[in-house]
Amino acid sequence: MFVARSIAADHKDLIHDVSFDFHGRRMATCSSDQSVKVWDKSESGDWHCTASWKTHSGSVWRVTWAHPEFGQVLASCSFDRTAAVWEEIVGESNDKLRGQSHWVKRTTLVDSRTSVTDVKFAPKHMGLMLATCSADGIVRIYEAPDVMNLSQWSLQHEISCKLSCSCISWNPSSSRAHSPMIAVGSDDSSPNAMAKVQIFEYNENTRKYAKAETLMTVTDPVHDIAFAPNLGRSFHILAIATKDVRIFTLKPVRKELTSSGGPTKFEIHIVAQFDNHNSQVWRVSWNITGTVLASSGDDGCVRLWKANYMDNWKCTGILKGNGSPVSGSSQQGNSNPSLGSNTPNLQHSLNGSSAGRKHS
Amino acid sequence: MEELDGEPTVTLIPGVNSKNKQMCFDWGPGEMLVCETSFKKGKSELVPGCPFIHIIRKDVDVYSQILRKLFNESHGIFVGLQRIEEELTGKSRKAQLVRVSKNYRSVIRACMEEMHQAAIAAKDASSSRQLSSQVSILSAMELIWNLCEILFIEVAPAGPLLLHLLDWVRLHICEVDSLLADVLGSENPSKHESFWKLVTILVLQGRLDEARQMLSKEADANPTSAGMCRILGDLMRTMPVLSPGNTQTLTELELKWQHWHEECERHLQDSTFASSPHLESLCKIMLGDEAALLEQKEHLNNWYHFLVTRLLYSHPTVKPTDLHFYAQSSLDLFLGGESSPEPLDNILMAAFEFDIHQVIKECSIALSNWWFVAHLTDLLDHCKLLQSHNLYFGSNMREFLLLEYASGLFAHHSLWQLGVDYFDYCPELGRVSLELHIERIPLSTEWKALKVLRICEQRQMTEQVRSVCKILAMKAVRNNRLGSALSWSIRAKDAAFATLVSDRFLRDYCEHGCFSDLDLIDNLGPAMMLSDRLTFLGKYREFHRLYGEKRFVDASFLLLSLMTSQIAPRSFWMTLLTDALPLLEQKQVIFSAEQTYELMRCLEDLTSGRPLCGEPDTQQLQDDDIEATKVEMLRLALARNLARAIIKEGSLEGS
Repeated sequence: MFVARSIAADHKDLIHDVSFDFHGRRMATCSSDQSVKVWDKSESGDWHCTASWKTHSGSVWRVTWAHPEFGQVLASCSFDRTAAVWEEIVGESNDKLRGQSHWVKRTTLVDSRTSVTDVKFAPKHMGLMLATCSADGIVRIYEAPDVMNLSQWSLQHEISCKLSCSCISWNPSSSRAHSPMIAVGSDDSSPNAMAKVQIFEYNENTRKYAKAETLMTVTDPVHDIAFAPNLGRSFHILAIATKDVRIFTLKPVRKELTSSGGPTKFEIHIVAQFDNHNSQVWRVSWNITGTVLASSGDDGCVRLWKANYMDNWKCTGILKGNGSPVSGSSQQGNSNPSLGSNTPNLQHSLNGSSAGRKHS
Repeated sequence: MEELDGEPTVTLIPGVNSKNKQMCFDWGPGEMLVCETSFKKGKSELVPGCPFIHIIRKDVDVYSQILRKLFNESHGIFVGLQRIEEELTGKSRKAQLVRVSKNYRSVIRACMEEMHQAAIAAKDASSSRQLSSQVSILSAMELIWNLCEILFIEVAPAGPLLLHLLDWVRLHICEVDSLLADVLGSENPSKHESFWKLVTILVLQGRLDEARQMLSKEADANPTSAGMCRILGDLMRTMPVLSPGNTQTLTELELKWQHWHEECERHLQDSTFASSPHLESLCKIMLGDEAALLEQKEHLNNWYHFLVTRLLYSHPTVKPTDLHFYAQSSLDLFLGGESSPEPLDNILMAAFEFDIHQVIKECSIALSNWWFVAHLTDLLDHCKLLQSHNLYFGSNMREFLLLEYASGLFAHHSLWQLGVDYFDYCPELGRVSLELHIERIPLSTEWKALKVLRICEQRQMTEQVRSVCKILAMKAVRNNRLGSALSWSIRAKDAAFATLVSDRFLRDYCEHGCFSDLDLIDNLGPAMMLSDRLTFLGKYREFHRLYGEKRFVDASFLLLSLMTSQIAPRSFWMTLLTDALPLLEQKQVIFSAEQTYELMRCLEDLTSGRPLCGEPDTQQLQDDDIEATKVEMLRLALARNLARAIIKEGSLEGS
């Protein structure tokens, strides 16, 4: 049972991305109106827009939060071929009274020659690092060595994917058994382009990222990709949004002791494939424990997928709209009994006499 | 556990039109953000701005005060059960587990009662309805739990089984007592319009003593039926029942019962009650006549009441393993093909069939909250019932359900604390699940942050401790609350950050000439050792204190040691030397000759090491000027001090 509450977004054009911060008390939205808005949740649970500013000179595709260990930091990427890093400045007391905060640009990353399609911060144990990917087929990894000085970012790696890239995902695992790993998806639609999902792994010896795997079975354009949070598993789980929802497991094959330290080899299995979205699947994202995957697609729905512990994945929920208007005050949710029954008949069968029983 | 069957639940989001648009979304710790968008790039049509962002939440947030009590109290029972697990042995084990089960049930009942009161007192119809439906659901849960207790935990054998089932049924039909009071309270009870209804219900529930009392009232009021009432009353009195503490065996009971049954049969054949349809019907009921029982459908209310009554009057010594035959036929007879079984019926039937997994599965589907299945399954697991079913994932089911329940609790701003204990008792994934959830708790107040830290520290979750402290330290630094930042860094044992904050302190001192957060720095204690810079900060502050207390000699020793021990950052040497000036210019000689030489060496070290950088601008020239002046003053002061020190040390008064 889910409850929805709605907030007037106030963007002047299409919203492309919404992003919660780490604690779920702030969110950011970005739009084709070239701006980013930041919203804060008050103690009473209401959301207020505390900042709204122009960030790029083109549509802003994605916005993402850094881990709060680094402070209040956002990154955005845009059609204008740049990505930018923003930091919140603690404002004057007047601003605080008005409930406004200021964000300043700390850096612009201008290395891409084409639209930057995704930007993601690396897991916090890697320091303050982010990756961008562009339609020019290059993934760029930047680092800010001094977390107190966010205006200094250096380009650490350029990974050539040879195909126009649409999405990236860092492996969140902080286990020492796993090297840093990043997955890249491509939405290149030319028929020759084969390697739509590539996985790169950082090599401690060469200090470079090298390609570890290509998922050969994914041949259609990929729109989104997401590693699942790792609950102490030895293997990785990767979800892919393409013409359907696909979930893969990647089991590291044990490196031979004599290996010269090349990238890990993986046993790749597909554990689920769903085409319920009818055509394209555009986004996939995991919940914080990696137990539920959400996907959205052409059917205009968000679907939730969950595995029982025999590892069978099933759709356990669908979020959709039938175009009915938002009810009354936009901040109120519906109230439903919280121990509620999925089948209202459970309560009927208690009270009902034979007369009370309905039909057969 | 097998698949959670059933269709996925569909939630409609107002304001979204899935026909025209797609959705972008993001997960949060307890909620999901959803927004209409269009992913097909390159569309030329004018797309209007998106009007709304939607925040979707699992409906665990609408916890009422009353339910919160349920969660709190059941949490206490749960933790208690886990703790006594080791002590549960032998015969007393079963008794203790039954007691735990009864505790859970009483908590449910208390919650039901409170909610019932709230429903009555509710101001508007819809909340009253909502509360009432909650009460129904809780009642269903208690019904199911009670049956599970009888069959799985108490494991009542034939004989006591029926008594337990009778209690079970009686507990869930409450109108009897009020009806009883009504009728007895009236002037002429036997003339009351509900008199015979009452007597019938009492008989159906096996409350024969009370039924007999009713009959005696009728006998008093209506002499013509007195004789029949007396006979029927006698039959009621003499029905053999198994009473607790009774030493007779089951076989003896069966035999006696058989005789009694035959006696009733004889009366019926002899038409003893022919002139009173009511009494005759009662006799038939007591003979377990199915048709007669089915005539009372309205009073029985449901098939399981029918089942128990039927068993009472036809197979009182029913064995647990035979229950399901009677249950199935009772269900079929009662529904009579007019309606089909509902979820509750299926759950109860699965229980009668001793199919625990099915019970749990059906409950999981029927109820949208994990509370019930999680606690019940955990209890059954302690009864060692899940393993015995020989399914390899038996023990995992308990953990699976507990994890689901606990995760749900974490979405709530205060109930998350209960969730911690549930995770603690999940041996496989509990710890890592807790780690992932607890670091997402918003650190909105100091109290909350300390609570989170305490929980993590108790469990040696060092990474989470470090992370939380770092988040708070960073927040403090950005808000220029250096003292707070420092104390969080110390707690995080984050040497690098402590150094950073100490630097800021020192920088602030240089700019403003005084320290903020003196209390904190003065009371660092052993924490000072965390980083060199922090140690320096602490010691430097101590120097100032000594100076303030006019303990100049001690201060001078400290100052010198700060410079010679390399703790002081080079950038600070000038400041230290400048601090030495007033000490050098005191009337009495404070620095010895030896010490003065040290200071001079430091000064030379400092001035010689300074590189001449490029093109000095005017500001830098000015700074250089100031620097040069300072250096000159120092040189002079040091020289003068040296002279005085040498003289002092050389003269007869000693050092």
